[in-house]
Amino acid sequence: MNIHDIVDVLLIDTKDSLQAFLPELTLCAAIVLMLLVRVFNWGRRIDAFYFALAGSVVALYFTAPWMHLHDVTAASVTRTEIFTGMLVVDTFTVFVRSILFVFAVLFVLFMKLSGMPDREDSADVYTLVLGATLGMCLMASANHLLMVFLAVEMASVPSYALAGMLKGHRLGSEAALKYSIYGAGTAGVMLYGISLVAGLLNTAHLPTLAARLADKINAGMPAEEMLVLAFAGLMIAVGLAFKLSAVPFHFWCPDVFEGATAEVNAFLSVASKAAALALLIRVAIGFGTAQDSTAMVAAAPAQIESERIVEVAYVAAEDADPEPPDTMRSDEQEVTRMQALSPARDFIGKLIAFFAVITCTFGNFAAYGQTNIKRLMAYSTIAHAGYMMMPVPAVMAMAGSHPALAEEAVAALCIYMSVYLFMNLVAFAIIAFLRNAMQSEEIADYAGLIRRHRVIAVCMAVTLFSLIGMPPLAGFVGKFAVFASLVNGYKAVGESANYLLAVLVVGGLNTVVSLFYYLRIIKVMTIDPEPQDRPPFKFADVSLQGAYVWLVTAPTVILFFFWNDLNQWALTAARHLLS
Amino acid sequence: MDAHLLLLSLIVFLPALGAIVLAFLPSDRHDVLRYFTLAITVAVLLASFFGLLDPFNSFSQTKFDTTASEMQGVFNLPWIPSFDIYYSMGIDGISFPLIVLTALVSALAMVASWNITKYVKAYCILFLLLETGMLGVFLALDFFLFYVFWEVMLLPMYFLIGVWGGPRKEYAAIKFFLYTLVGSVLMLIAILMLYFSSDLTDPALKDHLARCNLSAGVKARVNTAMAEEGLGKDVAPIHTFNILALQQIGQHTDQFSGKIFGLTIQWWAFLLLFIGFIIKVPSVPLHTWLPDAHVEAPTPISMILAGVLLKMGGYGIIRICYPICPQGGYDLAYFVCLVGVVSMVYGAFAAMAQKDFKRLVAYSSVSHMGYVVLGLGVWSATAGTNYNPDYWNMGVQGAMFQMIAHGISSSGMFFMVGVIYDRVHHRNLDEFGGLFGKMPAYSALSIGIFFAGLGLPGLCGFIGEVFVVLSVWTYSKTLAVISAAVVILTAGYILWAIQRVYLGAEYKGPHEDHLTPITPRELAVAVPLFVLAIALGVAPHHTVFRYMDKTIERQVDELTQWTEGEDKRREEARKWAEAENATTAITPQIQEQLAERRSVDATNTERRPINAVAAGIDRQERTTP
Repeated sequence: MNIHDIVDVLLIDTKDSLQAFLPELTLCAAIVLMLLVRVFNWGRRIDAFYFALAGSVVALYFTAPWMHLHDVTAASVTRTEIFTGMLVVDTFTVFVRSILFVFAVLFVLFMKLSGMPDREDSADVYTLVLGATLGMCLMASANHLLMVFLAVEMASVPSYALAGMLKGHRLGSEAALKYSIYGAGTAGVMLYGISLVAGLLNTAHLPTLAARLADKINAGMPAEEMLVLAFAGLMIAVGLAFKLSAVPFHFWCPDVFEGATAEVNAFLSVASKAAALALLIRVAIGFGTAQDSTAMVAAAPAQIESERIVEVAYVAAEDADPEPPDTMRSDEQEVTRMQALSPARDFIGKLIAFFAVITCTFGNFAAYGQTNIKRLMAYSTIAHAGYMMMPVPAVMAMAGSHPALAEEAVAALCIYMSVYLFMNLVAFAIIAFLRNAMQSEEIADYAGLIRRHRVIAVCMAVTLFSLIGMPPLAGFVGKFAVFASLVNGYKAVGESANYLLAVLVVGGLNTVVSLFYYLRIIKVMTIDPEPQDRPPFKFADVSLQGAYVWLVTAPTVILFFFWNDLNQWALTAARHLLS
Repeated sequence: MDAHLLLLSLIVFLPALGAIVLAFLPSDRHDVLRYFTLAITVAVLLASFFGLLDPFNSFSQTKFDTTASEMQGVFNLPWIPSFDIYYSMGIDGISFPLIVLTALVSALAMVASWNITKYVKAYCILFLLLETGMLGVFLALDFFLFYVFWEVMLLPMYFLIGVWGGPRKEYAAIKFFLYTLVGSVLMLIAILMLYFSSDLTDPALKDHLARCNLSAGVKARVNTAMAEEGLGKDVAPIHTFNILALQQIGQHTDQFSGKIFGLTIQWWAFLLLFIGFIIKVPSVPLHTWLPDAHVEAPTPISMILAGVLLKMGGYGIIRICYPICPQGGYDLAYFVCLVGVVSMVYGAFAAMAQKDFKRLVAYSSVSHMGYVVLGLGVWSATAGTNYNPDYWNMGVQGAMFQMIAHGISSSGMFFMVGVIYDRVHHRNLDEFGGLFGKMPAYSALSIGIFFAGLGLPGLCGFIGEVFVVLSVWTYSKTLAVISAAVVILTAGYILWAIQRVYLGAEYKGPHEDHLTPITPRELAVAVPLFVLAIALGVAPHHTVFRYMDKTIERQVDELTQWTEGEDKRREEARKWAEAENATTAITPQIQEQLAERRSVDATNTERRPINAVAAGIDRQERTTP
């Protein structure tokens, strides 16, 4: 294949890919517009907020979850690899994108209402927010280890700057510095891991990589290579664990949360976490399962041709191996590859199970002693990251034998992510509005708040109960789905998945532990008397802020009663991951 | 639309609707709020009374049929069909009396709530939400729904104790919350295990599907799946949260016989559920939240706590533990009975040692609810004994009656303690005395209700206790003797309390001048409870047994059949083990069968109807000399 052919193929491919990349392009356009318009005098008078809002709304429109997710059988997006296999677009991408954009819309509104970035800074801040969101979208659709690294950096670097958003604020600067040093360190480790994997397997394209790995295992892999691979896997896990704030890579989290503003906390705890989890799913499934990518494209006949060319070009470009790309993979080969990868799945599953258990437990116990609400919520975020990692071992356990059930486990994670979005957004919105009103973020200062601001206190209580996982609130749905996926995994796989039961029990007990610190906040707000010497402060229940709090609290209640649709969407989202 | 759907939904959700309306009423008009809440609770009482009991035969559609033993008025509406969760409710002889009790105690507790003056609006809203949770627990037939109601009741209770309680209210409230949440988490694990083990397409279940009360959609799915399975196709299992279906699965198939750490799923599920439920009952050693919660809670909340909430534990055991996991009950029979007896004895001794009047009544609840656990435990009390289903029946009937009777007598006792506390603001038993002279009407009613708690013949406490104690006799004479002896302890602490509080020459404590006669509002609470305590004791059949007889008989019958089958299976298993040891004497044919059986045991995947196993065993017996 000469260079001209490759260029031609790339042109066709890029043209096709841009179509599927529209939501991200919208974000890019919004960012550019926001910055360019400030060159003109008239443009400087326009609040950057409007660009950010319009950008995220349009991006959401192009994502169109209502089209792609509403029906399991007739899902209109099938798995498509774009940009020569660097990214992948499927229903899972659509789901995570939707979460990110819904969050972006609500978040931009929240920033506006809390008035945190002043007019002068707003363009910078919104640029960073949209830029990070763009990186997160890439994380959710990464299909190549290089892309994994780039996406993580693309999401992280704006977050470092956001953490130090308040200029001249010592704690904020400290937070930003800590965050970026820690981030740079783990990114380096991850890159090292990626290079080891790519060196050993001659590719970084996830599906190809899994197939190579399977063939290697089948052919009898030398022990030292196995060891190096395991190390490389651990190193990549370090990078992901940092993004997830999983123990023991969580140390940045409480400090950053305390130093950064509540708005940024909301962003880091919801959007960043959702993207990291999506990436975790991508990487875990990418390493652990071998799939016949041709079979998956078959549903979209028009694209097969270009796909095939891309694949050929891709493999040819990267692979010096003379072996021709096997276009005629038999089912049998597929099965043996899946079987060959079972030690890899086992390793990944147990590794993540271990991370999940210690993250969840540590987060909950550490939150107990906190007096600053943001610090407490940081540990709560860590604990919830633990819960959200729990379905992944179940996915890994079932991927080989019961792909359909494994997809249900991914759906459980999707449900959790969706409800978690609203819960944490409300919590941080209330923290931010109260900070504006009373200049305090100490739990003790919230004493007896219900006597003064019923709406705020009730919404906060609802949210915290939801975070505990009490019905009839949406948090319970998430927890229920996650626990169900664990039991399902155990039932489907049997004795060899006993560790899933252990994870389940730890998760259950953690729910009880978490009761203490969430309930303490509720107790302080509702039962404790108001302090005598509280400085007067004003926060009108009937205000835009109050309305916003109501608006984002409502889904916490509504999603509990109507989670059938959410479940359907989540099932559709997970549909094409494994089968 | 289905009349039952309307009526049962109305009963459950009317209080919640009332709570929403209350949120829009002005918060400073205390009397409006109180009367409105009272009206709602009374409306629920009337709805359950006229709609279900129907004394005038005007609602023939929904009238509770005392001659039917089956679940009545069942409806299944899809709620989360993608997770097999249905909005499903129904009523039978076990839930019906508890519904009426709940409605009644709630209405009376609301009358008793007039002296709550702090944050009346919030109080009324939480009170109504609590009522919705309680009623929902007793009516729900979908396990998920049941769990949701079970938890829903927790939140209002936390605030009701935490905001309106006594000096250590926060400690008591969080303790209550914590204990119940631990139980709920265990229950959730058990629910998920049962759900994912269940499969409605099992051929062994075919004859029993009619009893499962499945919704039309699920029925159709099951039928197609079964037809496909008949053609040799692989079909995905259809899981279910339907409590009735799970009961059938537990009793007629081996779906819950999978092993976890060497013990069956049934055994684990029974244990987890049982722990969850006895936390609520509460039984020793998981009872320690109760005295604190009772002492700190305001009087009306204590009434509800003792009158209704504790019954949920008993209800869960009778409705869920035994019918769904009979094998767990079979294996743990003695453990269950022991828990009951230990609670009875410990509760009685602890009550005797109390200085605080309310704490005494709280410990008496621990002791009295021990009878309930014991009576239900006798149900399964068959392992290795000559059982007689009539005694089981008696034990369960006794336990159910005890629940109703305790609901009346203990809420009465708590109210009576509350009345005196409102006047003198202390509950120290040593500082009372001579109340009879100052408040004769109050004292007479109190003594009557305390005697009912004591279990005096002719009053409601007697029937349940005597049924339970008699039924235990054939199971374990030791336990029977101990439980009979507890009656003396009960008499001891109650009579001693009556002597210290009501009798004696003079009142010894503070605020003597506040000892005013009982008010009409207080009479409106006390008199109905007093009258019911007598009525239930004098005519137990017409007031209670009539409604629950048939249902309990049927459940006991079914479990008797199950137990007989289980005994046979175990006997056979023992024989097989012996036969396997003596391999030399085995003919080739038997060896073949043995090998087959071993493979079945090993994989444990093949599902066979229990009858088929039994039939195979019969054949085997004939061939073995």
